[in-house]
Amino acid sequence: MIRKLTTSALVALALTTGGALAAGDGGHIHDEAFSFEGPFGTYDQNQLQRGLKIYTEICSSCHGLQYVPLRSLADEGGVGFTEDQVRAYAAENFEVWDPDLADGDGDYRPAKPVDHFPKGADPLAPDLSLMAKARAGFHGPAGTGLNQLFRGMGGAEYISAFLQGFTGEEKEVAGSVLYENTAFPGGWTAMAPQLYGEDVDFDDGHANDVHHEAMDISAFLMWAAEPKMMERQHAGFVAVLLLVILTSLLYLTNKKLWAPHKGKK
Amino acid sequence: MAGIPHDHYEPKTGFEKWLHSRLPIVGLAYDTLMIPTPKNLNWWWIWGIVLAFCLVLQIVTGIILVMHYTPHVDMAFASIEHIMRDVNGGHFIRYVHMNGASLFFVAVYIHMFRGLFYGSYKAPREITWIIGMLIYLAMMATGFLGYVLPWGQMSFWGATVITGLFGAIPFIGEGLQAWLLGGPAVDNATLNRFFSLHYLLPFVIAALVAVHIWAFHTTGNNNPTGVEVRRGSKEDAEKDTLPFWPYFVIKDLFALGIVMIVFFAIVGFMPNYLGHPDNYIEANPLVTPAHIVPEWYYLPFYAILRAFTADVWAVQLVSFLTGGIVDAKFFGVLAMFGAIFVMALAPWTDTSSVRSGQYRPMFKWWFRLLVLDFIVLMWVGARDTNFPHDWISLIGATYWFAYFLVILPLLGVIEKPTTPPATIEDDFNAHYPGASDAAGE
Repeated sequence: MIRKLTTSALVALALTTGGALAAGDGGHIHDEAFSFEGPFGTYDQNQLQRGLKIYTEICSSCHGLQYVPLRSLADEGGVGFTEDQVRAYAAENFEVWDPDLADGDGDYRPAKPVDHFPKGADPLAPDLSLMAKARAGFHGPAGTGLNQLFRGMGGAEYISAFLQGFTGEEKEVAGSVLYENTAFPGGWTAMAPQLYGEDVDFDDGHANDVHHEAMDISAFLMWAAEPKMMERQHAGFVAVLLLVILTSLLYLTNKKLWAPHKGKK
Repeated sequence: MAGIPHDHYEPKTGFEKWLHSRLPIVGLAYDTLMIPTPKNLNWWWIWGIVLAFCLVLQIVTGIILVMHYTPHVDMAFASIEHIMRDVNGGHFIRYVHMNGASLFFVAVYIHMFRGLFYGSYKAPREITWIIGMLIYLAMMATGFLGYVLPWGQMSFWGATVITGLFGAIPFIGEGLQAWLLGGPAVDNATLNRFFSLHYLLPFVIAALVAVHIWAFHTTGNNNPTGVEVRRGSKEDAEKDTLPFWPYFVIKDLFALGIVMIVFFAIVGFMPNYLGHPDNYIEANPLVTPAHIVPEWYYLPFYAILRAFTADVWAVQLVSFLTGGIVDAKFFGVLAMFGAIFVMALAPWTDTSSVRSGQYRPMFKWWFRLLVLDFIVLMWVGARDTNFPHDWISLIGATYWFAYFLVILPLLGVIEKPTTPPATIEDDFNAHYPGASDAAGE
């Protein structure tokens, strides 16, 4: 019986692995150790705050985070701001269009926690709300996506590799400058290199070389894309635990139920 | 209800008699639950329950998601993010629904291959098999329609490619495609009708499932030996069977528990593994993704669709014979639907006198090759169409048709099957040597 169950499970696995058969032709993305990986991974609050600072000071001049509500900066397990900090952060950094102001003509006002992060100023710069889930770093072996089972999808790794992947080569195509990048599919991107090291100073004096900055912003964008990750993992863990108990009881019930008919005592 | 003799519901109290003479609903439930079931069913027979569970799971989670979803091209993508971020437990319900679709297809494929191996499609269960194929088609349609609703890049371009298949039909194709889309291209009208149909079809599936169950409750279950339950007397039938409740309900629930452990581990820890990253980018009609890949459960048939290109001689021959009406694109569409249609023909193309593959030494190998073929087609369906993927698709697609149209009919003639046990009881007792003594108690 156990052997048949195992076969059954293997067949199921073989069937499902087809799903990860995403065809990828990007550059090589190497695995990084992020704190949020693995079944019990958690976001590192300090890292997310550093990432938010990098986003605010560098990325947000072109990119937006339109699906992320500012109030979620106060969520537990995430950036972990206090409500006062969120209010101050929103008002200091962003302005939003409010159609109710100026007797219905509308006007800009400082952002409040109920608002979302604004859309990007540059229409060519993609929104970053979901970027860490919209890119997969790992596709192998042979395009089966099986290594994603062990290393995750690699969205954060992709962002980190992209930010560090500039070779310094440039070329001009149809009037716009393209920059060579080892992680970007096709090898040439319209985004200029942004991180050179010591771009952002942290209050606690945390390392701000290119690698650390790339890791921090990638972690922040992973949180922005999947803010409920820790809740989800917790719910998944409880579900699995309860199901293991229920299934064990069903196993014993089933065994006892069938025993007389199988001639087992 | 079943042809197998067994005890029927007898109303005892006054109220039960009163109700039974007006609406025999308790009797129907009793006969359905107590159906005599071959006691030698193995673990491949658990997927029906998993499928029934999936249907309920998808309908329940789907109805909750609809409460928060907005079917409009400007708001659909944002409303999904609203579910993922603001709705209480919304992220979990959505991931259950997303991965529930995959579980549904894992289960249906194992269920179908079980039927193909043990000859469950053969007389007298042809209707059960055909209804099953209709359920599978409705599932494919529902899955495809549902995948469009988040309005990501793969939603949009998948819808464009798949509805384009109908556009390949000669003469009426373009009109048909525009009629399906509600306009010249995938747009708000498309999203609205897909949403409406995605809500409707699961209830069609539920009705078909009821007929599917009705059909096999009439013929009785097949079993690993393919030998029918003895129906001469109730005593004989009881030697071959046990009632569905509690024996198979508890067994199936135990198996469902194991499946659910794996399922919730995937939902909890890697919910996007089976999805495509591009669907987290909002649909953009102006940007075509580098690779348009359908969901994994369509890949084998997608590979068959792409296998028949204009340089294949069979395509050229058919194109010549039909004066160009059947071009390579239409040929591919016919092949894709044909691949499902030939499965539906299996009850008539399989000429063997023996039902179960266990007693067919040559069939066993051809069947294993078919399973391998299916997995290879699934893999190649997600690859590009360059060499050697084009050849792998073509060989895989050819074998698929050859299995149903050539190998199954021939095997019945040339193969010498071994002898199945005389009765289900003999098979069961051979597995459990203590059982024959126990039965004498």
